[in-house]
Amino acid sequence: MLTKRIIACLDVDAGRVVKGVQFSDLRDAGDPAELALTHGRAGADEVVLLDISATYQNRATLLDVVRRTARQLFIPFTVGGGIRSLDDAAAVFDAGADKVTVNSAALADPTLIGRIAHRYGSQAVIVAIDALRIGNGNGLHFGVKATGGRHATGRDAVRWASEAEQCGAGEILLTSIDRDGMRDGFDCELTRAVVNAVNIPVIASGGAGAAQHFIDVFRDGLADAALAASIFHLGITPIGELKEELQTAGIPMRWPC
Amino acid sequence: MIAIVDYKAGNLASVKKAFDHVGHEAAITADPAAISRADKIVLPGVGNFEATTALAGALQEAVVDAIRRRVPLLGICLGMQWMFDSSREAPQLRGLGLFAGECEKFPAAVKSPHVGWNQLQVAGASRLLHRLPQDSFVYFTHSYRAPVVEATVGKCEYGGAFSAVVESGQVFGVQFHPEKSGTAGLQLLRNFCEL
Repeated sequence: MLTKRIIACLDVDAGRVVKGVQFSDLRDAGDPAELALTHGRAGADEVVLLDISATYQNRATLLDVVRRTARQLFIPFTVGGGIRSLDDAAAVFDAGADKVTVNSAALADPTLIGRIAHRYGSQAVIVAIDALRIGNGNGLHFGVKATGGRHATGRDAVRWASEAEQCGAGEILLTSIDRDGMRDGFDCELTRAVVNAVNIPVIASGGAGAAQHFIDVFRDGLADAALAASIFHLGITPIGELKEELQTAGIPMRWPC
Repeated sequence: MIAIVDYKAGNLASVKKAFDHVGHEAAITADPAAISRADKIVLPGVGNFEATTALAGALQEAVVDAIRRRVPLLGICLGMQWMFDSSREAPQLRGLGLFAGECEKFPAAVKSPHVGWNQLQVAGASRLLHRLPQDSFVYFTHSYRAPVVEATVGKCEYGGAFSAVVESGQVFGVQFHPEKSGTAGLQLLRNFCEL
């Protein structure tokens, strides 16, 4: 049976893993290559490395970190942050990434998605969407923010996900800005709305704090995969224990692995 | 030396890294002469079946000649699909026809592409799957699938059964990515190296 995936995310700034609360207040959490390997051994189904400083400081993604990480990691490895062009993506693939995430640059020019997909395949292109709740009740909808959650785009997250799929995206990485770093659960409403609008896998992100949150986002949010950062590297929830608990709750997991 | 055939279909570096890791020298090459000299050949590849047009001509001849000389050949993902007769993805093209049948899309009832970790059901005697436990998890990412045929030694279920591993003589094909399938995948690559 196809399992639900648990993805460990490393937010990287200046070559170190950091984790903020609602996209700010950063704390040092270690060496990315070492942590990626640790997470892989602990049972992570994939590892995502996001260069969180790249977009606004206009820095190249940390290719040496990608190279060091990829050398030892034999599970899917995704790199994102600051990928603005096909050449940026090519550099990251050459350094050993299996997939890239594109966010702000794809919002500015959606054809970037298709250009990367044409060369590396759709399976290698994840469109990352940072979504924010707007309004409530019947008026609730989800906006899209660019450049690390700083700029409103006027786009609707559900419509943008669907457009990204048509442009050639292989997966959607959907982050709730409202829940990011809060550890009070994923935004299941947001996740379900996007899952129902597309036919490609959706990775839910933002808000992981306990095993029940993962159960909720797989059952109620209909997510294909769930991503978390701080609860894994700060050692709050060992991945193995999490997977065992999810499996006991009836969520198909790759466990033991 | 293991030759990893470069026909511009996706990123081959991870396949080479995995062979490095299991201690076997491998080189990425698009040179038919290098392929003819290789002890073993790997045909990786992701993306559209149309990408296999880049194999037509000298590369295909080198591969077919190697098969005739019983040089072990491993097709991965699109490389495996190319070993079948054809694919609905590019019906105007022909595959190598080493295995009978046509690759087709997943039924509409399941999400496509099939992305993630799924279980491998060992369905026959296999040298490639030596020491791989029944129901091992391996990583898939594909939109088209190959039918279950006589040479199928590993099956997978996703909207019905399809070929995850085919094996006939010295010709092997895997739909999943052994280079991305953790310890199970590395064991499979080791098995291929030790043939």
